[in-house]
Amino acid sequence: MSYLPYALSVWLFACGLYGIVSSRNLIHITVCVSICQSATYVLLLAIGYRKHGTAPIFSDIPTKGRTVVDPIVQSLTLTDIVVSVAVAALLLTFALKTFEHHHSLDPAEIAGLKG
Amino acid sequence: MSRRVRIALFLVSVAGVSAFLLWGLAGLPSFGDYAGPYGDLISNLAKPQRHIANAVTAVVFDYRGFDTMGEELILFGAASSVVMLLRETRDEDVADIVDRVRSDATNALSLLAALAVLVVGLDVVAHGLLTPGGGFQGGVVLAAAFLIVFLGVEFFAYNRLASTSFGEPVEAFGAGGYVGLGLVSLALGLAFLENFMGLGTFGRLTSGGSVLLVNFSSGLAVGGGFLVIFNEFLQENMAARYGR
Repeated sequence: MSYLPYALSVWLFACGLYGIVSSRNLIHITVCVSICQSATYVLLLAIGYRKHGTAPIFSDIPTKGRTVVDPIVQSLTLTDIVVSVAVAALLLTFALKTFEHHHSLDPAEIAGLKG
Repeated sequence: MSRRVRIALFLVSVAGVSAFLLWGLAGLPSFGDYAGPYGDLISNLAKPQRHIANAVTAVVFDYRGFDTMGEELILFGAASSVVMLLRETRDEDVADIVDRVRSDATNALSLLAALAVLVVGLDVVAHGLLTPGGGFQGGVVLAAAFLIVFLGVEFFAYNRLASTSFGEPVEAFGAGGYVGLGLVSLALGLAFLENFMGLGTFGRLTSGGSVLLVNFSSGLAVGGGFLVIFNEFLQENMAARYGR
């Protein structure tokens, strides 16, 4: 019985959340959001893992009689990694625009919404 | 709310959330023991049914192709938003900035590296159905090849190669092609994104039918999307550095 990878994902998620809550910098928050997302990748891949399983690629192994890891969670993870980078770029753009308007990246100093 | 109160409140809440998460996850099968029925089904079916060796790609572009379209549209939306938010700096503003790396050896090696990375990217996209890889991963590598030109040669060359007027059509063509292939399937009376071409010989570069085209169009969409994002940030950086 082993639950360590699942616990690891919870730990990563909590670390990311702590970073978001305690952060004094919008760029730092973007990194923390990425860490929270990474926690989901760890969890997905951990669920899909099989003992002694190999990659689900059948170029040169037979389809039957081989333990392979779950391809579905892997495909969820791979598309999301790529998409999360694009979303991080969008968040960084928000940080850039916020700095232009308020001359600060500290969320505590950015009080009130202006048009 | 003061910072200290906020963090204290957070620590209480995160302890509760973590406890519940751990409690829930403890109900899962032990690590390495989960026999996912759908994963097994697809591992057994991808080769005989679709002539696709890489079961992960089969899920991404065939069995779960519709969801991948959603993911790709998120990427498209994110890239478009970056372009819109950073639209103040235009191509013309930075068109004459050179910003050259002052080392001939670095320039030459970077050009070689960029070519090599471009070839690797094309290889990763093209073999997506056979070996690890595919349009999503390969697209990122393709975009990185252009970035190496900026890093090791000069901004001017990068901007000429990968200006917004190049990245945007590539991205649009890729994303549009993805949706278009799905509509072709519908027009032929099949399910959305269902294969409508011959499957080809298993193990060949051309096997997989129209799933291969979906793979290529997603490579274009991802590569173009990343180029557009790189471009906007680099233009912003150059404009700030040279006071445009």
